[in-house]
Amino acid sequence: MDVILENLPLYWNGFLRTLFLSAVSGVIALVLGTLLAAARVSPVAALRGFSTVYVEVLRNTPLTIAFFFAAIVLPRLGVKFEQFEVAAIIALSTYTAAFIAEAVRSGVNSVPVGQAEAARSIGMNFGQVLNLIILPQALRTVVPPLINILIALVKNSSVAGAFFVLELFGYGRQLANANGDAVIPVLLGVAFFYLLLTVPLGILASTVERKVAIAR
Amino acid sequence: MSSVLYDVPGPKARRISLIGSIVGSLLILGLLAWIIMTFAQQGIFEGRRWQIFTRADVWTLLGNGLGATLSAAALAAVIAFPLGLLLCLLRISDAAFIRIPTRVVLEFLRGMPVVLMMLFVLLGFGTSPFIAVVTGLVLYNSAVFAEIIRAGIQSLPKGQREAGLAIGLTSFKSRMLIELPQAIRRMMPSLVAQMVVLLKDTSLGYIVAYGELLRAVQVMADFLGTQFLFPIFFVAAAIYIAINILVSRIAVWIERRGSKKAAGGVAKAEPEAAEAAVP
Repeated sequence: MDVILENLPLYWNGFLRTLFLSAVSGVIALVLGTLLAAARVSPVAALRGFSTVYVEVLRNTPLTIAFFFAAIVLPRLGVKFEQFEVAAIIALSTYTAAFIAEAVRSGVNSVPVGQAEAARSIGMNFGQVLNLIILPQALRTVVPPLINILIALVKNSSVAGAFFVLELFGYGRQLANANGDAVIPVLLGVAFFYLLLTVPLGILASTVERKVAIAR
Repeated sequence: MSSVLYDVPGPKARRISLIGSIVGSLLILGLLAWIIMTFAQQGIFEGRRWQIFTRADVWTLLGNGLGATLSAAALAAVIAFPLGLLLCLLRISDAAFIRIPTRVVLEFLRGMPVVLMMLFVLLGFGTSPFIAVVTGLVLYNSAVFAEIIRAGIQSLPKGQREAGLAIGLTSFKSRMLIELPQAIRRMMPSLVAQMVVLLKDTSLGYIVAYGELLRAVQVMADFLGTQFLFPIFFVAAAIYIAINILVSRIAVWIERRGSKKAAGGVAKAEPEAAEAAVP
């Protein structure tokens, strides 16, 4: 227990870094994922094809491979980063965007056909149908799965700790190596800080799910 | 392909769409060309870099890495599934003193990064990396399997359990004979999708120094020289992605087959379930 209290500032730094990584990657992934989902249902075949291939490949890529590529292979290919946080954000957001695109797409599919038909019959074009009619309704079915994806994102950000970024897991590993006799309390401390983020998000997800659950 | 989101394109819209497709393809091709040019400047395509794949020992090492990946995934899946079943039965037990602690444990396991559990087992209990990887995967995935099966049981019509109890089965027998077989069948796509996640997570073994595929790449790059890093990484990543896509396709196939059969009698399973798999 003493180990945790003594190193509380380190834990706090790591916690903030994890929060930062998750928040930035989360926002980028949400934007990228929604664009990919829109491309997936768009009339332009090239966009549909690109989005399908992107989602299929990234969804089946292990996260560690994505990190290895961003943090180790890319610098060898001449893409230099000032900080490894950039590599971590690239890996996390491109990976998560594929899952968000799938969630948004299944939300779009869950909106009854009549909605789109009605919108089109009053003369709306593709952009209007999607932005004014479909996406706002899709949002309520999509929010709980999106929160689950964000929870996974928080947990996935731990992989960054193994690729030169000092966040919660990175500090945890350092502390565990420095305090060989107190590994279990040190790592339980790390676990506590992760639960501090994931459990409230999980409760939020199930509350939202109950609130917006509608009979269709 | 016609979609309800936009009109069946007329000649004008088709022309615009065609132009859009061509411009889009050109942009993507341009991006690819730029990447390939950058790679070429780094000398990625020089023959000697790829010649290492004519060496048998490179393939042996890759094969060993792949074997390590698959054996950890297979062992973890084989242990995690029955354990998940058990956890699910405890989670829906009628006795609150069993149900509530199980729920807390499940929340704990699901809220934890898998790699943290692996490190915990590795350093906390001083096991071998293999055991650490398998234990981490088992702990996390059995919790997820338990939740998936529970969702399956809850999606069954209430009458199933009531009928089981009415003909004199005990609560446990009704679960085992009536509810579980239906729930597992209904949740098959989600379960297979979770298997893909499990297989993907094996690559976290790289972080705890387990000699899986990615670790083999790193070892070879250190040993043969960093100029071979990209070719080896490229091949290893392709192997990983190909296996995962294959298993994902099996999940989709099972889902299609299942929904065709279920269309007759039983209420249709949630079609979203398979897509709900979390990264």
